[in-house]
Amino acid sequence: MSSVSGNLAAGKAQSPPVKSSLWKQSFKRLRKNKLAMTGFIIVVIMFLACFIGPLFSPYTENQINMRIMNKAPNLKHWLGTDKLGRDVLIRVLLAGRISLTVGFAAMALSVIIGSLLGAIAGYYRGIVDQIIMRTADLLLTIPGLPLLFISGALLSAWKVPTDYRMYIVMLMLSLVGWPGLARMVRGELLSLREREFMQSTIVLGLRDRRKLFHHLLPNLAPLLIVIATLNIGGSILLESVLSFFGLGVIPPTPTWGNMIDSANNLIDFQERPWLWIPPGFCIFATVIAINLFGDGLRDVLDPKHKR
Amino acid sequence: MSSYLVKRLSYIIIILFAASLLIFCLYAFTPGDFISGNIKLSPERKAELREIYGLNKPVLERYGIWLKNAFQGDFGFSLAQQRPVLKLFNEYIWNSFLLAVVSTFFTWLIAVIIGVIAAYKQYSWFDSLIMVFIFAAMSIPSFFIGLLLIKICAVDLKWLPPGGMTTTGSNATGFAYIQEVVRHMTLPVIVMTLLGLGSLTRYFRSNMIDVIQQDYIRTARAKGTKERKVLFTHALRNALLPAITLVGFELPGLFGGSLIIEKIFNWPGIGQLYMSSFATRDYPLLMGFTMFIAILTVIGTLLSDLLYSLADPRVKL
Amino acid sequence: MTDHLLDIEHLSTYFYTEEGTVKAVDDVTLHVRPGETVCIVGESGCGKSITAMSIMGLQEPAGRVVNGRISLEGTDMLTLSKNAKRAIRGKEIAMIFQEPMSSLNPVLTIGQQIMEPLMEHLKLGKKEAKRRAIKLIEQVGISRAEQIAGSYPHELSGGMLQRIMIAIAISCKPKLLIADEPTTALDVTIQAQILDMLRQFKAESDMSILLITHDLGVVAEMADYVVVMYCGKVVEQGEVCELFEHPKHPYTQGLLKSKPILNQRQEELYSIPGQVPNPLELTESCYFHERCQHCMDICRVREPKLKNVGEDQQAACWLYEEEVLTHG
Repeated sequence: MSSVSGNLAAGKAQSPPVKSSLWKQSFKRLRKNKLAMTGFIIVVIMFLACFIGPLFSPYTENQINMRIMNKAPNLKHWLGTDKLGRDVLIRVLLAGRISLTVGFAAMALSVIIGSLLGAIAGYYRGIVDQIIMRTADLLLTIPGLPLLFISGALLSAWKVPTDYRMYIVMLMLSLVGWPGLARMVRGELLSLREREFMQSTIVLGLRDRRKLFHHLLPNLAPLLIVIATLNIGGSILLESVLSFFGLGVIPPTPTWGNMIDSANNLIDFQERPWLWIPPGFCIFATVIAINLFGDGLRDVLDPKHKR
Repeated sequence: MSSYLVKRLSYIIIILFAASLLIFCLYAFTPGDFISGNIKLSPERKAELREIYGLNKPVLERYGIWLKNAFQGDFGFSLAQQRPVLKLFNEYIWNSFLLAVVSTFFTWLIAVIIGVIAAYKQYSWFDSLIMVFIFAAMSIPSFFIGLLLIKICAVDLKWLPPGGMTTTGSNATGFAYIQEVVRHMTLPVIVMTLLGLGSLTRYFRSNMIDVIQQDYIRTARAKGTKERKVLFTHALRNALLPAITLVGFELPGLFGGSLIIEKIFNWPGIGQLYMSSFATRDYPLLMGFTMFIAILTVIGTLLSDLLYSLADPRVKL
Repeated sequence: MTDHLLDIEHLSTYFYTEEGTVKAVDDVTLHVRPGETVCIVGESGCGKSITAMSIMGLQEPAGRVVNGRISLEGTDMLTLSKNAKRAIRGKEIAMIFQEPMSSLNPVLTIGQQIMEPLMEHLKLGKKEAKRRAIKLIEQVGISRAEQIAGSYPHELSGGMLQRIMIAIAISCKPKLLIADEPTTALDVTIQAQILDMLRQFKAESDMSILLITHDLGVVAEMADYVVVMYCGKVVEQGEVCELFEHPKHPYTQGLLKSKPILNQRQEELYSIPGQVPNPLELTESCYFHERCQHCMDICRVREPKLKNVGEDQQAACWLYEEEVLTHG
């Protein structure tokens, strides 16, 4: 009890060990994990290539040149050209911008929605909890892929402008992403609530908001960071599936997924693999890099998880 | 136990009910239907057909009719194929099941073996290699690896057929037929096995690592038991026990087919049926399929929970 | 030398962790004669269990024997092939552990687990092994042996499981039984039964026992010879009566002082002041110096060696080094 009374004077309840030294220690350990660091470097390279790389290219996205249609990779066009004579490399990089953005944004949305709803459900319990968790159950019951397909078809039917589609695709992905997250956050919160330091916040009579945002959520941060990281890979994969089937982001906006769509053309598929293999490989490289890094993060941040 | 079951089952029914309403509305609100997509029909004929199929009624009324029939075990007629949805399912589902069962078998077999070895040699180069492989398997876009394998093994090297279940126009029977099907299913099975392998291997690896550190493994070694026996009799049995809960989660995958793989490999399964119905907006079929998967999912989850209580060492045996 | 069953000489077992090297066992030498009971005493973490594990080769892969010799009747255990070592484990040297509840495999029957070494080492057939297993269960004082053989560990109590562990250990009539805190996890009344049983089997078969414990009561009851360990090193060893009557090392003295004596009320239970030092931060010194009442300058910078301090007693302490006494 002495620690509580001591803190009363300071007007602040003591939070458990989320200290800067802990973070520092974790990152020191993370730096030693070769696989995780390799993943991190690949992600950084991928980002730099996609967002800065195009500035150094002599070509632009929609530079049509009918004289050099469907050329195999050569010195001028490292990844060849497509049926309109456009440079494939620059398209892959620009598509990467969209795919990476969608992946990260969808993750951010899922995490924000999921952790907020999960936290509210776990904190207030009662009817709020019931409503949120039953909605989550419902969404988890409906198979995800068909749900996304229907949503994608709705977008096409409503003729949503292609520029906006990527934003709605982000929303769709977070729609299937948040329920699982909310469940996890809620469970974690329920066990945190029972711990002593939360009891002391009750003794101190702190307001709900303060309790939730200053004491509970920071303790969830390590777990959330790990889940968020691993979630990005999943989002990128799902976006590529949707776009591949023409139900996600559609041309002319290029994404890695809809670029592979050219494989649906028999001749492109058989004779011009440079059109669809590079974007597929980019998806693979990005996702594996993110997953390796996320797993490394989990090793250092999540004490309950064992390798 | 039985009151727990009653509670769980009634909750499942409510959730399924809500899910069916939501799915039905989503499909109903998607503009364009099976009839409007058919350009061969005159406007009068279209209106007539809508009347016949009940497509001009309000959504909720249509849902009511669907639900009533569904309760009686009637999931309606496929508009495109003019046959009962359940009959169609019965036709396609076994093809999906064949693919799923074979790939699930290989997935578990391979995952157990390499999971055990990787755990035994934790932090060795073999283990690191397996870790990279696990992550690779978890990070491959399914449709892309499918396309790539078709390109390499079927188009370029011509080792295996690129898709379908039998060769077009073939009327092989008996052993020749089996051989043909096996050749056709090789590629999709490889892809599905690969896709499932990542997380399962990881699961077994970490389970085994836990088990190997247990006291009874030390006892077994202290008795002078052969190392192979320590691993496969003493450790593996304990590592496999919690895995029976996974059986429930495999349920939707076993019977629900795979939308992407079946589409890519043109495999005549239930997932492929869904994808083609999706293009023609064949609602009864789409609705039936989605509900079918939803039911499998909730039953699978329930099964897992029940099996979990069985796996507990104090309840089991 | 030749009359020893087990010779451990200058054994060092290290653990290489992320934070640094832990010298769990550091230059330990001890001997066990046939039919003798040797006790290793010390606080938890002093390396007594790791010493035992090193004999069995069970410290791997986390710990590595970096130096020393372990020989059983002249056979060097450390240079043996894996298979040869395995053939000795369970046959020549058997071991029982602290936690009977977790030391038996939960998914195998008791019978199966007793039969295993019989079939492995004595090459018995299944039927014969089963018959022997049931006999062994009876031998360790459990009735309804047949039924017990078919049951699973979670159906038995801790005391019964430890008896089963003993049955497994003595199944191949080992020359040496290593018992690592065999009674710590058990109720007091059961403790006595288990110790009696060990004594009885020892008397019947002339096997040696290497008993590891932190409980001086157990030592007094069982030991012929005592080895006291602290921070991976042997600080004192000697014949049991001599050591109990004239403990020389301040640590041994402290241990004996902190042992409550029945029928003798003490004002306050004595405990050695201070804490065991962090094994990662040890530098050359007497590792006990921070807690020692007699600490001298030299204790902080130089390590004392084991030295004869009695007829059959050695201690590693600067108090008994003449040069220090005369100069310091």
